[in-house]
Amino acid sequence: MTKVTMTVNGKTVSGEVEGRTLLSSFLREGLGLTGTHVGCDTSQCGACVVHLDGKAVKSCTMFAADAAGASVKTIEGMNNPDGSLSVVQQAFQDHHGLQCGFCTPGMVMSSAALLAENPKPTEAEIRHYLEGNICRCTGYHNIVKAVLAASGQDAAAMAAE
Amino acid sequence: MHNFDFVKPSSIADAVKALSKEGAQALSGGQTLTPTMKQRLAAPTVLVSLTGIDEMKGVCLGEDGLSIGAATPHAVVAKEAAKHYPALAMLAGGIGDPAVRNRGTIGGSLANNDPAACYPAGVLGSGATVVTNRRKIAADDYFQGMFTTALEEGEIITGVTFPIPEKAAYVKFNQPASRFALTAVFVAKFKDGVRVAVTGASNDGVFRWSEAEKALSGHFAASAVEGLSVSSDGMIGDLHGTPAYRANLVKVLTKRAVAAAQ
Ligand SMILES: Cc1cc2nc3c(=O)[nH]c(=O)nc-3n(C[C@H](O)[C@H](O)[C@H](O)COP(=O)(O)OP(=O)(O)OC[C@H]3O[C@@H](n4cnc5c(N)ncnc54)[C@H](O)[C@@H]3O)c2cc1C
Ligand code: FES
Ligand code: FES
Repeated sequence: MTKVTMTVNGKTVSGEVEGRTLLSSFLREGLGLTGTHVGCDTSQCGACVVHLDGKAVKSCTMFAADAAGASVKTIEGMNNPDGSLSVVQQAFQDHHGLQCGFCTPGMVMSSAALLAENPKPTEAEIRHYLEGNICRCTGYHNIVKAVLAASGQDAAAMAAE
Repeated sequence: MHNFDFVKPSSIADAVKALSKEGAQALSGGQTLTPTMKQRLAAPTVLVSLTGIDEMKGVCLGEDGLSIGAATPHAVVAKEAAKHYPALAMLAGGIGDPAVRNRGTIGGSLANNDPAACYPAGVLGSGATVVTNRRKIAADDYFQGMFTTALEEGEIITGVTFPIPEKAAYVKFNQPASRFALTAVFVAKFKDGVRVAVTGASNDGVFRWSEAEKALSGHFAASAVEGLSVSSDGMIGDLHGTPAYRANLVKVLTKRAVAAAQ
């Protein structure tokens, strides 16, 4: 076991990890931050996406020890300082961008990363960016609407499918 | 997954030293190795992370062309190579998905040499040079068949240098479930000739389509390959496509790449 220290949602945290401890396990089991979901554990579904130094990464495909010293943001760190939902989260609620909610933490983290890079993405750009996030419920349409709305664009203009 | 010791050196020299230990293996972006270890298809006793080595990161234009550090993630190449070598930047920007591109690296991709990976086509198609801690290896000598390369025990890739062609393009036919290439073609036109590299198609991994290179070196237009045919012998056959389907894709994608080259 070795000790790792990193910043998670703005707070410095430390914990004992094995070499093989995944970042997703450290967050969920070590820190109790179970908002980060593990859907596939094979790097395919994106449910485990968190931000590592501002970039979207699959936390099931990274060792906790490799994140030592980094700044990690999870879904638990997405809300506004007053506890209200962030713009992206609120848009997912308003546009019904979730059903069972299992993929949602990863979807929100990926969408927020997209908007940080590209504040006014087109529908095609949103669909392309979310390729690594799999949702078995929504059919994606309302997720794309939510991201469009979160970027301040008119989601109603998107063709209904 | 079996347990291992994790080390993260900050220089190439320290990484090479750590890798000389019995059972040690390099870890770059981990986008291939981590899933492999979860399946217990790899079980190193020491993992040596290369992502803390600054001298192995970055994109830099020099006299020999564009040099990319082996530990540079795909997303960084997609952004920083765009103004120098747009076809290569596009290739990097089309790998997997954004989260894979934020971690996965060019060195890891080349060391792995997956038969459906994108970078091998870019490197072979550009006639790039793979730089290791020991030597420089020409792309034509580096790729030695599916998952096989010229790398020796304990040798690590430190960077890759790409000569910049006059025109180039990479056209990938996505396998939508894996996000790898079902087949993809990289075409590069240099002053002294054209190179065509194909990935995703052959059981021997990435290869050059020399007949097309000859035809295109004479006349750089999609019509130049019209009369050529690709044999399906040795092509990959799986539930996503038969050998004949892939052989046909090689020609179709080569034509598209020539048309798209800029
Ligand atoms: C969902 C998904 C989709 C993907 N889609 C694509 C795609 O479309 N196209 C594509 O090309 N790839 C794709 N990949 C693979 C991805 O590009 C990987 O990042 C890449 O193949 C391996 O790079 P890595 O840095 O992650 O290497 P790692 O996984 O860290 O290492 C891979 C292997 O290389 C060795 N190694 C790593 N670095 C070095 C080095 N510098 N010198 C010597 N040996 C080294 C390791 O020991 C290991 O054996 C995908 C992966 C996933 C998970
Ligand atoms: S749980 Fe990490 S990608 Fe599915
Ligand atoms: S809402 Fe159920 S998986 Fe996306």
